[in-house]
Amino acid sequence: MTLRRLPLISTLAGGGGDYAFNIVGKVGLAVILFWVVVAITAPWIVPYPVGRIVDTDYFGPVSDQFWMGSDYLGRDMLSRVLMGTRYTVGIALAAVIIACTSGVILGMIAAVTGGLFDMLLSRFLDAFNGIPSLLFGLVVVAAVGSSIPVLVLTLAAIYMPGSYRFARALAVNVNTMDFVTVARARGERTPYLILSEIFPNILGPVLADLGLRFVFVVLVLSGLSFLGLGVQPPEADWGALVRENLEGLSLGAPAVIFPSAAIASLTISVNMLIDNLPRTIRDRSE
Amino acid sequence: MFRSARTWLLVAQRLGIALITLVIVSFAVFFATEMLPGDVAEILLGQAATPEAVAGLRRAMGLDQPAIWRFIDWLLGLATGDLGRSYVNNIDIADLLSWRLVNTLRLAAIVTVITVPVALSLGIAAAMWRGSLFDRIVSILTISLISVPEFMVATLAVLIFAVWLGWLPALSYGVSVDSLGAILRAYAMPVITLCFVVSAQMIRMTRAAVIETINTPYVEMALLKGASRRRQVLYHALPNALGPIANAVALSLSYLVGGVIIVETVFNYPGVAKLMVDAVSTRDLPLIQSCAMIFCVSYLSLITLADVIAVLSNPRLRT
Repeated sequence: MTLRRLPLISTLAGGGGDYAFNIVGKVGLAVILFWVVVAITAPWIVPYPVGRIVDTDYFGPVSDQFWMGSDYLGRDMLSRVLMGTRYTVGIALAAVIIACTSGVILGMIAAVTGGLFDMLLSRFLDAFNGIPSLLFGLVVVAAVGSSIPVLVLTLAAIYMPGSYRFARALAVNVNTMDFVTVARARGERTPYLILSEIFPNILGPVLADLGLRFVFVVLVLSGLSFLGLGVQPPEADWGALVRENLEGLSLGAPAVIFPSAAIASLTISVNMLIDNLPRTIRDRSE
Repeated sequence: MFRSARTWLLVAQRLGIALITLVIVSFAVFFATEMLPGDVAEILLGQAATPEAVAGLRRAMGLDQPAIWRFIDWLLGLATGDLGRSYVNNIDIADLLSWRLVNTLRLAAIVTVITVPVALSLGIAAAMWRGSLFDRIVSILTISLISVPEFMVATLAVLIFAVWLGWLPALSYGVSVDSLGAILRAYAMPVITLCFVVSAQMIRMTRAAVIETINTPYVEMALLKGASRRRQVLYHALPNALGPIANAVALSLSYLVGGVIIVETVFNYPGVAKLMVDAVSTRDLPLIQSCAMIFCVSYLSLITLADVIAVLSNPRLRT
């Protein structure tokens, strides 16, 4: 595989030999970085204050003044989408980091210790997987009401079992390797085994899995907000923006189209990036 | 094929796991809705209620019992078909649910009947001509469909078919259902949306399952003896891919559960999911619990079905 690839071509294709990215992956990465920058800088780059009614018309068209038209109250859509990025990206990122960190740590512990702990935890979390994700969100929101911390924790709880299962399967493979046996024979304890022997060897696939899970979290979060049960007004993430302006659909208003396009651009780019990750990163444990 | 007692034991084990899962799930659903801040009796009676009235209502509703007893009581009620009464309009939940459940099941059945043949043929065709332009187009379309939220597929369908082309009404109910044509038009939009959502998953999984069998030595043998591409796939590979494909179908149909929640809300379709979303906004707990259980049971049965098919069709899983 490596022999067949000429150095010149790999340089042209993006430098680092086997770490070369193709163009689709780069486009994906660029779009993701764009949204991250927007999420961080949103309060300073919005053209109008988010809550202020600035257009005399509602569901206004795209114009020089309002790049994405105006919403159902005549507020500037561009400002609302930019600020919405903070909620969508921020909540999803927080949730997916909590889910993957706890899932991966528990998965590695289960793989290394095995036995009753592994069995009970696996069974319990499998049972958790038997609840459809959107439904779980609905039940929790019905019970405790919707707020941003509740959303983050709920989404994290929904996707933790999947992450656990994935990490455990990878860690079980690594756990049978000689260097782990050697480390164990040296008398190393579980925390060392997990952090120094197992984790570096499953990092690549785990990160790819984190990206995919991020997409699922964004989808469920937008779904909840779209049902009016996610981020509550006056704040609005992208899903809530679609819901607010749904009446404009029959008018073909840009206010419905742009937040939807924002969601799609983010989720599709993450998928594009992960599908085109260099094999050396994605399949490192194989 | 030889199915030993061991296989059936494994199937029974899967069913047992599903049953245990169901108990845990019902436990979770019941206690999640128990965590409500404030007492249901206080919420129902409002702020002006006297403590005596609240205590009376609590006793009448059985809320003074320990939670675990109410849970067991509720489970027994579910098992015998007694779903309790709705807090908000004091109607038997069974009455509220039954005709809506029929509506939702009808929607799911129509979607299944349309999706399965279409998605299977597309998936198998994509695997047969792997790497071709057709395969790449199908792959890109399915990935895009999977990575956008269901409500976006729904809004796009409305935008294209109702707003730009003007073929169909945007809402499924509220239009007259006098003639067959009108009924077809009323169902069209929710069905189209759900078909897209479910078939994207099904096409991808079917394609993956067929490709996995194509990569085996005996299909390569068929290639070497000069069988055509079509014959290799349909005659040699497909019979062995049937198990994984059936597994894929059952798994993809479980996406109906999430999809139907969004679709019924968008199109104002009077089904169980719409009822549940409304119940969440009015905090009608017994109703939420019953709806949630219906969804969990259907989801679990589909997943378990997929699991059992996988066990029956793949001897290597029977270890």
